[in-house]
Amino acid sequence: MSVRRVMGTEVEYGISVQGQPTANPMVASSQVVNAYASATVRARRARWDFEEESPLRDARGFDMSRQIADPSQLTDEDLGLANVILTNGARLYVDHAHPEYSTPEVVSPLDVVRWDKAGEQVMLDAARRAQQLPGNPAIVLYKNNTDNKGASYGAHENYLMRRSTPFADIVRHLTPFFVSRQVFCGAGRVGKGQDGRDHGFQISQRADFFEVEVGLETTLKRPIINTRDEPHADPEKYRRLHVIIGDANLAEVATYLKVGTTSLVLAMIEDQFITRDLAVDTPVAALRAVSHDPSLRQTVTMADGRKLTGIQLQLEFLDLAKKYVEDRYGADADAQTVDVLARWEDVLARLESDPMSLADQLDWVAKLKLIEQYRSRDALAWDDAKLQLIDYQYSDIRPEKGLYHRLVGAGRIQRLLTDDDVEQAMTNPPEQTRAYFRGRCLEKYASDIAAASWDSVIFDLPGRESLQRVPTIDPLRGSKAHVGELIDRCATADELVRALSR
Amino acid sequence: MAQEQKQPRKSEETEETTEVAPESDVAERKEALDDDVDAILDEIDDVLETNAEDFVKSFIQKGGE
Repeated sequence: MSVRRVMGTEVEYGISVQGQPTANPMVASSQVVNAYASATVRARRARWDFEEESPLRDARGFDMSRQIADPSQLTDEDLGLANVILTNGARLYVDHAHPEYSTPEVVSPLDVVRWDKAGEQVMLDAARRAQQLPGNPAIVLYKNNTDNKGASYGAHENYLMRRSTPFADIVRHLTPFFVSRQVFCGAGRVGKGQDGRDHGFQISQRADFFEVEVGLETTLKRPIINTRDEPHADPEKYRRLHVIIGDANLAEVATYLKVGTTSLVLAMIEDQFITRDLAVDTPVAALRAVSHDPSLRQTVTMADGRKLTGIQLQLEFLDLAKKYVEDRYGADADAQTVDVLARWEDVLARLESDPMSLADQLDWVAKLKLIEQYRSRDALAWDDAKLQLIDYQYSDIRPEKGLYHRLVGAGRIQRLLTDDDVEQAMTNPPEQTRAYFRGRCLEKYASDIAAASWDSVIFDLPGRESLQRVPTIDPLRGSKAHVGELIDRCATADELVRALSR
Repeated sequence: MAQEQKQPRKSEETEETTEVAPESDVAERKEALDDDVDAILDEIDDVLETNAEDFVKSFIQKGGE
């Protein structure tokens, strides 16, 4: 494998109702999701099919009992909260007190960026539509991960992996990678400590919210390696690695490198290519220490006694990845794998020599540069509310107000995609996975679909007593190559289901 | 395959800055950069929420995930 594998992201957006700081965020989130659903989903609205969900399944081989689980972990109970599947194969829903968008399954890092950015536009559109309803106040959404007052919400990544890979190998090799990858994919944060009690800037939004090395929880005692084992695929063949440690990125290069490098490291783990022991002492403390030093000089102690900076630790992984790709593919490596390696190397070199030269590529550097410019012009102390405001407003998803968007507008942030690419991805599914089947079905046969999920589409056909469930258990089947022509050919859902059951 | 690799896109602005500020003339370059900083801060000043303290106080989220 290379950077390519089945993967995706799920992002919870910060939400605020203008002029009503005490407004119920679940109600506001539902208004956002429902406004988008009413405006874009034709005919009946397919509900989410929870049959295959198992949020308490632990990758280490046991189930947590429902009685001892925190209520927030029971994500498979249909609480009647807004929840829709879009024609691009994505899921838009309310999770706890936030609107959330899960990308459809894609197979390349650039496609993760494409459908993740499409999610921002879906959220923007949804919030604007919610505001148009009579009596509704303006709702503003933020692609960030903390309110700097103790609450954090997630930006998760999912990677399909071979079941045969021992979970202990994933923990051993991925932990030091996660401790250090923030040097390029951190989103930057003003404030230190979960509730922001200490002033100053740190690299990551999320680092201070991680308390244990490995575990099943996502809402309390957050672990660096999450063990949720809910593959949404054949469990004999696959596991889905649920990564909860990342920051929500706005910069396209940051998201691209985050998932591209992680996918490559996972490929090396699956192929047992990592023979060096890169374990770090006290990873939870190391994660915070690296985040708390934007000068990037903080070292972590390795199992062999060496002291490495976050950049140096990343250089160890880069070195291995270059050898791995050379060894497995040589000159036949695919273009995105080559590109991810080249950018990874360039970014690490610049972080060593001149980090501020990455203000046009990485979120934390762009944010820090802006903050330093304000501090220098207006002589602001670190506890000045204006600096906190800049942190929040960087992630405001409205193009006219969000500071990330203002920097893009001024040509100060590099992009990998055009606005048109992203707009297409708001409605069109990726072509290489089952998301294609799900999205096309919802686009073409919406009125005959009762429910859908990652692993099925359930049809309610006229004249038939029982529902017809079409399982999509293999993420790589149901692609355009498999079913494109079939869907083009079938004018009705009934024809499609008949053709599929032949 | 290598020729298919995407090169980081240089913004027009970066190129212009390079043209008007040759490395030999450090003072002129610094002035150009200062103007550059002022320009972006002026633009951001225009969109920043007006009462930072109130805004920060009222930005309250519930935990998620």
